[in-house]
Amino acid sequence: MRSIGQITRQITREEARRIARPRKVGHKVWRDNFFLGMFIAAVLIGVAGLMTLLVDTLMDGVPWLGWSFISSYASRKPELAGILAPLAGTAWVMVMTAMFTIPVGVGTAIFLEEFAGRHWYTRVIQLNISNLAGVPSIIYGLLGLSLFVFSLHMGRSVVAGALTLTLLVLPIVIIASQEAIRAVPSSYKDAALAMGATRWQMVKTIVLPEAVPGIMSGVILALSRAIGESAPILMISSLVFLTFVPTDPGSRFSVLPLQIYTWVAQPQPGFRGIAAAGIIVLLIMLLAMNALAIWIRLKYQRRREE
Amino acid sequence: MSLASSDDPKEPMADSPTEIASSPAPPPGRVATNAFPASAAAKRPRFRKIEEWMVIWSLRAAASVSIITTIGIVIVLLRESLVFFADIPIWEFLSGTKWTPNFKPQNFGVLPLVGGTLLVAGIAGLVSLGLGLGAAIFLSEYAPERLRKTLKPILEVLAGIPTVVYGYFALTFVTPILRSIFPDVIIFNALSAGLVMGLMIMPMVSTLSEDAMVSVPRSLRDAAYALGSTKFEVSTKVVIPAALSGIVASFILAISRAIGETMIVTIAAGATPNLTWNPLESVQAMTAFIVQVAQGETPQGSLEFKTIFAVGLLLFVMTLIMSIFGRWFVGRFRQEYE
Repeated sequence: MRSIGQITRQITREEARRIARPRKVGHKVWRDNFFLGMFIAAVLIGVAGLMTLLVDTLMDGVPWLGWSFISSYASRKPELAGILAPLAGTAWVMVMTAMFTIPVGVGTAIFLEEFAGRHWYTRVIQLNISNLAGVPSIIYGLLGLSLFVFSLHMGRSVVAGALTLTLLVLPIVIIASQEAIRAVPSSYKDAALAMGATRWQMVKTIVLPEAVPGIMSGVILALSRAIGESAPILMISSLVFLTFVPTDPGSRFSVLPLQIYTWVAQPQPGFRGIAAAGIIVLLIMLLAMNALAIWIRLKYQRRREE
Repeated sequence: MSLASSDDPKEPMADSPTEIASSPAPPPGRVATNAFPASAAAKRPRFRKIEEWMVIWSLRAAASVSIITTIGIVIVLLRESLVFFADIPIWEFLSGTKWTPNFKPQNFGVLPLVGGTLLVAGIAGLVSLGLGLGAAIFLSEYAPERLRKTLKPILEVLAGIPTVVYGYFALTFVTPILRSIFPDVIIFNALSAGLVMGLMIMPMVSTLSEDAMVSVPRSLRDAAYALGSTKFEVSTKVVIPAALSGIVASFILAISRAIGETMIVTIAAGATPNLTWNPLESVQAMTAFIVQVAQGETPQGSLEFKTIFAVGLLLFVMTLIMSIFGRWFVGRFRQEYE
């Protein structure tokens, strides 16, 4: 209380008059409204940018879409060109990436969450994973080119591409799986352990079934990142106009984003159109995958809450 | 996690599996939910120990993949770069202002590429900081809950669009608009790539900054309102300083993403190594150079081919420094609120 007394004494009559005088707040109101307008503009520019991008692509690409676009190989003439080879390549790469990513990613997450404890190496692995998530994708391309394509003699093959993308999306899968595993109530785990389960039995019968929806949606999101990546695949596969569908993991391949890039780089205007058509197909695939991930999450979230 | 013990695969209660299988019937009134199939529980202990041991080692192997990846990146980049630096002194590489590896006389000064990368990333950073921070303030401080829940996912869609699509957008939509404003702009220019890249990394800034701002406690805002502050004053003088570490971290993350971004700069910014501050000129980013060599006919093993690993190493070091700096900054300036 003494401090308040001191302050009261320190205020002179003049200061008191100044404080008591009603201030003009008009400019503050004006400034507040001005900046509110700026903030809204920032949001609107973001949303408008997205809309413009989508509308522009749709307008350029829709006239070129059609069954023959899906079922034809690349061609020198835009009217005849299609995306069969890169579409098949994308499917191959996606399936193989999933095959490699799921065991390694989920295994790492299980190890970190349920087996490793709080050791120094857990921290090292965790730090390392978050660093890897920030490494530019083209660096993974350089790694894949040097390691898989040349040193391990895989050539510019589907398997080299899939392994490269696996390393690229692994941090995403690990982090998503860790979150899903962490969300399993510890009472479930304690109950399992109290019943005499070993740690692996507990993971196998309690943790994994509970965490599968979260892991699944994380894996799907990671794969949707993988199929949109062009830079690392560009390093692995180089630029190719393929007129065949990959038949085995050793085949050469192209993927959809790479084909789009090739077409964008062509000077003739017709190729811009089919590039846009390819983008539409790619965006539809991404949209479907994201919708699936969200659907899985919502469905199982509701079940647990019941 | 407190129960975890990785070094000892033996479980304290796993000695007599038959006990579970043949345990007496539960007392009436309780539901016997046996989560473990009898077959699993009745396995012989030795087999189970082997299974446990194998599982732990395969999980360890899986976890080591991420470490091996990091080591692999460093080894690959260093191995090829060291050969390159044996021919070209590292100082000449880092300080030279002429980059002409593909024709004689060859010059290996990386600064034009670094300049191109920084010019595009700088434009993108300005755009994303302005838009992202504005959007974050609106979403966190002004927008009603329902509007926030609609707008945030829409903005985040921007981050999920493949970069090749942004490259297409920059080249076929933004560049023509720029050319109608500034008639002497070249088709491939840094400004178009930078603007579009700013749009791409904007949700990164807005989402992470907004998360940081939402977690600023209400009591701080209430105190400021009680002192007569307006909403704008509360946002800029209380909330932003309190959330500064998160905002800066999001910005650093976004910039490091912009530096490593490949397709937009490859498609829209051009392939002319050019040390300039004029965003209307054509430049070549580090990533764009790597792509140019990789898609060309440069023979593997040649000095020209090794340059991409030297440039890649520099890129890797730049992004690594940024993420370390970001983490340091967050740790140094984070405000913890109860």
